[in-house]
Amino acid sequence: MDNGEVYITGTCVIRNNRVYHNGTLLSEVPQETELPEFLRAVYDRVSGQYPKFHKMDNLSKLGWLAAEVLLREAPFKGHLPERTGLVLANRSASLDTDLRYYDTVKDIASPALFVYTLSNIVMGEISIRHGFKGENVFFTSDTFDTSLMAGYLEQLFNERAVSACLCGWVEVMGPQYEVVLHKVERTDKGMAVLSADSLAPATI
Amino acid sequence: MGSGAWIAGGGVICGIGNNVAECLEAFRRMESGMAQMQHLRSVHRSTFPVAEVKADNKTLAAMAGMPEYISRTALLSRIAAQEAWNSTGLGDISQYRVGFVSANTVGGMDKTEDFFADYLENESNGHLRQVVHHECGAVTELVADAMGIRHHISTISTACSSAANALMYGSRLINNNMVDVVIAGGTDALTRFTLNGFNTLMILDQAACRPFDDTRTGLNLGEGAGYVVLISEALAAELPATHPAWCRLSGYANANDAYHQTASSPDGIGNFLAMQGALEMSGLTPADIDYINLHGTGTQNNDIAEGTAIARLFAPAFPPLSSTKSFTGHTLGASGGIEAVFSAMAVKEGIIYPNANFSKQIKELPFSPVVKFSTGNQLQHVMSNSFGFGGNCSSLVFSKI
Amino acid sequence: MENLMAALKAQIVEQLNLQEVKPEDIGDDQPLFKDGLGLDSIDALEIIVLLQQHYGIRIANPEQGPEIFYSVRTIAEFITAHQNKQ
Repeated sequence: MDNGEVYITGTCVIRNNRVYHNGTLLSEVPQETELPEFLRAVYDRVSGQYPKFHKMDNLSKLGWLAAEVLLREAPFKGHLPERTGLVLANRSASLDTDLRYYDTVKDIASPALFVYTLSNIVMGEISIRHGFKGENVFFTSDTFDTSLMAGYLEQLFNERAVSACLCGWVEVMGPQYEVVLHKVERTDKGMAVLSADSLAPATI
Repeated sequence: MGSGAWIAGGGVICGIGNNVAECLEAFRRMESGMAQMQHLRSVHRSTFPVAEVKADNKTLAAMAGMPEYISRTALLSRIAAQEAWNSTGLGDISQYRVGFVSANTVGGMDKTEDFFADYLENESNGHLRQVVHHECGAVTELVADAMGIRHHISTISTACSSAANALMYGSRLINNNMVDVVIAGGTDALTRFTLNGFNTLMILDQAACRPFDDTRTGLNLGEGAGYVVLISEALAAELPATHPAWCRLSGYANANDAYHQTASSPDGIGNFLAMQGALEMSGLTPADIDYINLHGTGTQNNDIAEGTAIARLFAPAFPPLSSTKSFTGHTLGASGGIEAVFSAMAVKEGIIYPNANFSKQIKELPFSPVVKFSTGNQLQHVMSNSFGFGGNCSSLVFSKI
Repeated sequence: MENLMAALKAQIVEQLNLQEVKPEDIGDDQPLFKDGLGLDSIDALEIIVLLQQHYGIRIANPEQGPEIFYSVRTIAEFITAHQNKQ
């Protein structure tokens, strides 16, 4: 699919124990629910049948669930796996898991936890689940810089490095988390043309 | 055809030298950097050899012109980035729009570990200053500030291919005329965190690592930093005759192996796609590549996956290839930057690097690595591979001007 | 042996965070890896940690893994053999 504009064709926002798909509330748990229970509840609601989910760290779970929300009923169509990429960013990299792993070192260090002490593993998990083999990059920055991301995506699309991409912000540090994940592709129509403004989700 | 970015210079600090000239001398003398650790405090001191930078933090701080209390990751970064800049004929950094794209995987973890060690002994101990620079991004900003870089600063964290991805990103910044110059590469200091982690994965060799050898049993960790200076073709034309550009970054590609969190797929499909994509961008065929700087960690899994992908793409004729990790150890987030400088230098000087500790060809593969240093070869195109956990695979191609 | 295998199943489910598997669902001779229970190389490393934590047994060479960790029964046999040696 090399023709058409680059459109945002789906958006998933996860914050405050709520999951939104294209602006509509999809799932909600009481505010006092802790992050692991919230993640399990969303998993039961949108997925199930993927036992490896339970082994992931919170960063991977958040990104993986948002991808699940975006793709379970509307997978990318007409794009080659090697032209389907991922561009993510966050503030804390994998620090949340780094500290959890560090805690196990005193006893017997956990290999399963060490695996997740890299921020880009979330992109690996999504790629494994959906078979994406295209370009991946992960930026660490203080805030979600939508102009940097829009600029980078435009280049990837112009270079034909990708024709479809998941992009956005996947952040977690302790109990604090936020996900804004967009489905972006070259196609005939979509929710909005890719731009810095359209990547910034309206306050919900 | 090509990426559009030119390499104006480079800088490296790692276990075999504090600058590029010292590293080349170490290759020439076949002196690898693995030894018992001198600077990192760890219970594994006498178990696992590592390739440490041969200087304590005080010495590095003096070299970097930065305070001693900041992370070793930042000190290494500054030293190599400054060498990279000084190697070019660009002159005063303040007259350009400069970008700094730096990769790392551990951030200021070395300082955080010291903080925890003190803190666990006595909760009133430990300096909070040690953890405020923990985030991967903070290391990049410290160095950018010290060098007076402010137009564009980015931190990339995609495991062991991070620094190669920093070159890709820097090249795109140049192409889009967002900046004039980009210092791109990566840095990582050795930490107990990574040593313990790789130990739990049981992929550390207790002897010197043997990449692409049939008897290989794992990798040695190293540390360091490596940066190239990327410029546009137009700016390259303005360089003084005394400091011409080294080579072009003619192609690059990144692909996801989509197989496992840490293990490479048996056929190395991600590796294959990355190499194929980089060749495609540079408008080359496999036969045009004159030397490959392998990812070559020395683990069972990496070397057979990478080798299988090379066998599929390059058969029936294989260019000379070697893993410089047999000298530098695996420097993780820095490795793609260090090896980019070695590869650019290979094109410039016609250098083919040796692969240390090789004795027995991998039985499943139709080729073996080069074991002798040579210079003055006619190398038109050199490929550098960097593959990371998370299935993140990158290949870069450097070409003669 | 039966008790050891039952204990191992519970420990494997807990250590490997197999939330959708009950210990009693795991067959004594069911292959644990690939097409069996679907465990992977990281799970093998976690079983090595498990053996160290619960049984004080250290496995230094991961190459031994596939043989020892074939099924719950092979792990139990390995533990028994190892304990008898001491």
